[in-house]
Amino acid sequence: MTIASDVKQCLASLKGVEASLSNLSLRTQDDQSKQTLHETMNVVNEIVTDLKKRVGELEKEEAQYKGF
Amino acid sequence: MPDWLIVVLRSLLFLVVLFAITKWLGKKQISELSFFEYVTGITIGNIGAEMATGIEKSIANGILSIVTFAAVPFLAGIISLKNKPFRDFIEGKGTVFIKDGKIMEDNLKKEKYTADELLELLRKKNVYQAADVEFAVLEATGDFNVLLKKENQPLTAKDLGVAVAPNKEPQTVIMDGEILDEPLSTIGQSRRWLHTELEKLGVTIENVFLGQIDSYGQLTVDLFDDKLQVPSPQEKPLLLSTMKKCQADLELFALGTEAEKAKHMYSKNSQKLQEVIDKVKPLLRS
Repeated sequence: MTIASDVKQCLASLKGVEASLSNLSLRTQDDQSKQTLHETMNVVNEIVTDLKKRVGELEKEEAQYKGF
Repeated sequence: MPDWLIVVLRSLLFLVVLFAITKWLGKKQISELSFFEYVTGITIGNIGAEMATGIEKSIANGILSIVTFAAVPFLAGIISLKNKPFRDFIEGKGTVFIKDGKIMEDNLKKEKYTADELLELLRKKNVYQAADVEFAVLEATGDFNVLLKKENQPLTAKDLGVAVAPNKEPQTVIMDGEILDEPLSTIGQSRRWLHTELEKLGVTIENVFLGQIDSYGQLTVDLFDDKLQVPSPQEKPLLLSTMKKCQADLELFALGTEAEKAKHMYSKNSQKLQEVIDKVKPLLRS
């Protein structure tokens, strides 16, 4: 069984990654690089959504992992 | 008026005149000195010197002469822009010294260059073997330019087929402890953002001698105190390593979980993440 706290940690890191990518994409001068970073941010966003759903399921199954 | 005062005033006057002429003629005249422009340049300087010290000579005549010597190359330049035969006559053409790796001895003789002098020209371009050269030309201005054979040229990323991140010019935003607002607005950031970045590095604006921002918005600084070491920007490598860590975590979860649906979800996402990591790696590497 995966430990919910580990999954939550990974989720938080990915949210941070998404924010950094968005920040970097805004500050980059080159259009192509901006585009690539923006696309990457979108993909990471999808992964974050999937992980959030999973965390929700884990919390339902094991009530002790709810919250922090 | 005493003599010495006249000389000083005349010198100043002709300094201003010469400076104005140089500005008017523009950068091209100074950089591409063909023989014609070289000689007129010296002559103009000479006239200026004569006028500055020759107290009896008429100032109006001097200025007139300088303007004539400057106007002629200027007009010649303008006509050359429009008319190619005229341009070839006035500025001359370059002579090819080496073509397809072979030395054109007849051209060397025509320009009165010995083999010794050819080797000297090559050495000035850091070429020690004439056999390394594909093409070499002696320009109309007397400059010598060399194209090396491809195998002797330095390796480029294109040759290796390696993807590298495009790089635009950096902007200098801090000079001598003062913030330059124009480059800062060119990259679309405010003073407040710059102060925040400096705080992150742990320095104040007064310590900074030079501050530049690269095309990815990363700030690098040089401090007045040469003993202090400033950490290099870590944001991009950190981002890349965080992404790699998360990708590894997702794989671990895929292995650790028992629910089939979750296994599938984790492995799908770890693959997706690996794809984007490969895509951004060249961008985030440096």
